[in-house]
Amino acid sequence: MSGLYILGYFIVSFFALSIIGLFIFWIDRKITARLQWRVGPPWYQNFADIIKLSGKEVLIPENSNKFMFIFSPILALISATICGTILLLILRSELGFEGDLILFVYLLTLPSLSIILGGSASGNVLASVGISRELKLLLSYELPFICGIIIPTIKTHFTTSLIEILKYQQLNGSHIFSISGIIGFIIILISSTGKIGVVPFDLAEAETEIAGGALIEYSGILLGFYKLAKSILLFVIPAFIILLYLGGTTLDNLLGVLIFILKYIFVVVLITLIRNTNPRLRIDQALKFFWGWLTLIGIVGILFALSGV
Amino acid sequence: MNLKLKALKKSLWVYHVSAGSCNNCDIEILDLLTPRFDVERFGIVLVGSPRHADVLLCTGIVNKKCLERVKEVYEQTPKPCVVVAVGACACSGGIFRDGYQMAGPLNKIIPVDVYIPGCPPKPESIIAGIVKFLKELK
Repeated sequence: MSGLYILGYFIVSFFALSIIGLFIFWIDRKITARLQWRVGPPWYQNFADIIKLSGKEVLIPENSNKFMFIFSPILALISATICGTILLLILRSELGFEGDLILFVYLLTLPSLSIILGGSASGNVLASVGISRELKLLLSYELPFICGIIIPTIKTHFTTSLIEILKYQQLNGSHIFSISGIIGFIIILISSTGKIGVVPFDLAEAETEIAGGALIEYSGILLGFYKLAKSILLFVIPAFIILLYLGGTTLDNLLGVLIFILKYIFVVVLITLIRNTNPRLRIDQALKFFWGWLTLIGIVGILFALSGV
Repeated sequence: MNLKLKALKKSLWVYHVSAGSCNNCDIEILDLLTPRFDVERFGIVLVGSPRHADVLLCTGIVNKKCLERVKEVYEQTPKPCVVVAVGACACSGGIFRDGYQMAGPLNKIIPVDVYIPGCPPKPESIIAGIVKFLKELK
């Protein structure tokens, strides 16, 4: 597989991921609207948002670090796209090596880190409150998230290759049909809401108290890059959960794609339901929740997985 | 009509500027954003920062304390943006036009695109005003 092929794949998957992500974001908003007995936005709403943001003026604050301020949204977009590209390559069984699970976990923290970089470069007081929350949130949700990743690793005979996990589930059935599988699925679903930054854990962007948090100074297309990165993450993380727990998917034939879409909508609807039925937590409550109960349940799940249940 | 203007009309992000109002118009604006009126079907969303905004919903006479802030918020908003004066006070000064604190009305300070009179205007009339403006916008 040559470098040029990978580059071409990256560019194609960037456009594909953007379109899928923005469409998924619409599904999320529409379900939210229907749950609140509203009509909700039309299907092209998120596309209109991005196109509008690309036509707006970009304001750069006087006391900001200009290079980091412009660079961080681009970093967020690129890192989210790299995650998506790797995941698409793995789902189509084209690329895979021992340890790519660990690489993927590292890459998934990059969008959060770029939000922290951008917020701290903007030189705003409220943005600094936002980035301090984002940093604490990053520390707190990583622990149960890793617990949720270790469980399928153990169940697939201690492999750290995503493609091995996928192939094992194609032969032996999905990991979710066991006690430790269910525990792991619930844990990774809840901690992924923190990773995407939706309502129970959106305190880094809390619009009602700190006015957009880390993104407060961003305008125009730079804000659009962040929105696009977030909607790509909304595709990447549910697909990652499907790969780990609801696996056995191939994207080679039409039936496989259809089953994948059904599983995908199931996970997205679960995340949307969590977001619509919970209030926003304070940072200390979120930290206690993640490091307390969720990690404890995660460790119990790991013990179950080790004993083969 | 170009694509960006079309997109702007379909996705208005609103920032609420309260420039010394009596809170009556503000309560009507809060009502406007509830599920009952559902302005999200037009793509209208409330945002927390003027940097994200396309529409400034301004209420109240602009009093002397608010004068500098209103100017600053207008300068912080990325252009193109729309300024909407909600309520009799923002349009003309209303019953406070001879008050000692009066520095407005709003169109003395920043360019206003839409006037929605009423004391306070109903949410329906705010929606009607904005929809009429969107039809005229070219």
